Amino acid sequence: MNEMVAVRPERYPEHLADSSAFGIVEKPLSTWERIFNQGAVRKTLLLLVLAVAWELYARWLNNPLLFPTFSAMLEAFFDALRSGVLPARAWVSIKVLLMGYAAGIFFAALLTIVAITTRVGTDLLELLTSMFNPLPAIALLPLALIWFGLGNGSLVFVLIHSVLWAVALNTHSGFLSVSTTMRMVGRNYGLSGLRYVGQILIPAAFPSILTGLKIGWAFAWRTLIAAELVFGVSSGSGGLGWFIYENKNQLEIPSVFAGLFTVILIGLAVENVVFRTLEAKTVRRWGMQS
Amino acid sequence: MASVTEQGAPARAASDVAGAPAAQTPLVDVRGVTLQYKTKDHLVTATFRVDFQVFRSERFILLGPSGCGKSTLLKAVGGYLQPTEGEIRLKGEVVQRPGPDRMMVFQEFDQLLPWKTVKDNVMFPLRATGLSRKVAEQKAMHYIAKVNLTNFAESLPHTLSGGMKQRVAIARGMAMEPDVLLMDEPFAALDALTRRKMQDELLALWDDTKFTVLFVTHSIPEAIKIGSRILLLTPHPGQVKAEINSLPRDTADGDPEALQELERRIHGMLFADAVEEPVQEPQHE
Repeated sequence: MNEMVAVRPERYPEHLADSSAFGIVEKPLSTWERIFNQGAVRKTLLLLVLAVAWELYARWLNNPLLFPTFSAMLEAFFDALRSGVLPARAWVSIKVLLMGYAAGIFFAALLTIVAITTRVGTDLLELLTSMFNPLPAIALLPLALIWFGLGNGSLVFVLIHSVLWAVALNTHSGFLSVSTTMRMVGRNYGLSGLRYVGQILIPAAFPSILTGLKIGWAFAWRTLIAAELVFGVSSGSGGLGWFIYENKNQLEIPSVFAGLFTVILIGLAVENVVFRTLEAKTVRRWGMQS
Repeated sequence: MASVTEQGAPARAASDVAGAPAAQTPLVDVRGVTLQYKTKDHLVTATFRVDFQVFRSERFILLGPSGCGKSTLLKAVGGYLQPTEGEIRLKGEVVQRPGPDRMMVFQEFDQLLPWKTVKDNVMFPLRATGLSRKVAEQKAMHYIAKVNLTNFAESLPHTLSGGMKQRVAIARGMAMEPDVLLMDEPFAALDALTRRKMQDELLALWDDTKFTVLFVTHSIPEAIKIGSRILLLTPHPGQVKAEINSLPRDTADGDPEALQELERRIHGMLFADAVEEPVQEPQHE
């Protein structure tokens, strides 16, 4: 109805308020808030809560043969640590683990490079992964023992099997998800072959590759401990799995728990120190992951 | 790679292009280029027998509505796809693969490598073509300064705004001192204010170094503002409708009527057939 809208005057504020008028522009967080913002602090708190729960439940259960208390486990843990048995066993396990892990990553890299450069390679990767990924590595152990004997050879073989497929699958899907623009940029620079893979595809697919590496690491740990439990000791120096098995046979249950605790500790350290640092230095810093 | 100039293409090019400076040979020579690509269940003809020549220091615009194959044409000049008919020559050599003599600036912000700082992003192609670290760094910093990003040389791309990312991409393209800079709607994803600023900056850079640029856009004002010469393409498939000169830069700034007149003319030419040609909607009778 009302067609005429009154023309409103333009306005030009004379001056803007200076910062003293705002009061607070930036206020530092309180000490408590800052401490609680650290993931490590929060996780340590959670661990303490879990440990206390364990201790209380074990005391209430009062059956050290089935479920020793946390403090008894810690005692056994430090005893074994002091006597040097546990570090030696852990070192044997870690050595084999690193060998298998490195070899697994090497073969995964080979397979993935074949897969992205040729179509048959892609088919091969997809086929092999769907065949072997669901196959538990431990199921191959009897065969490995026949082929490679009672030694590190068979352990490394099953480790490669447990690492290879997870890493190859993730790396390949990471390569496939690199954006077309970024691929075109790489080719625009005149890069090709391994330089193209190394300088464009691998960094661009790094979030997926990192996931593959983490999964591979966890698979490798599981496989190794399980394998050591099954075939025990070779040439007088068993690993953590053997430590657990041995103590079970002697009904040293707190030591069994101490062995498991060591596996957990190493897992926590690798995940929270090694992989976290790698993540912070790469994908987070690059803004590819928040 | 063998030399492929046995037909004497440059000479022929100079003789039959009307208005081309006779003494000069074209830098980019596109002749009868038909481009086709396959989608999952179609063979699409993007452009049909397109001809044009770009000479040194020209700001050559490919203008047309979406679906006229202008981006595909630019990618073909970049060497990313081969024409099914005709040929594309750069300085007399047939274009066969992508290469650092034709640097692309894409529309997407993700064209910068996220794992490299601004400086490293600009340096990377320089290093890849074999320059020493020191020379590459000097050159990179020179062009980063030209796009006013000296203070951000050590920043990582994800910390920059869209306009800044595009400026890095332009610096990266120019630092290579390519024969021709290929720009694929580089400002299309920017907000209007930033876009205008970027256009002005690009022109200032051109005043500075007189680089040759092949620029794809679907905005008529942008084409007139940036371009010295404009190729109009019609859609489905892309064919040359006209090749016109843009306004001189002082006219474009100071004479809004001439500007509007040219805009109207271009608009008329681009959409003249739109009435006759039924858009792909099925007609219910």
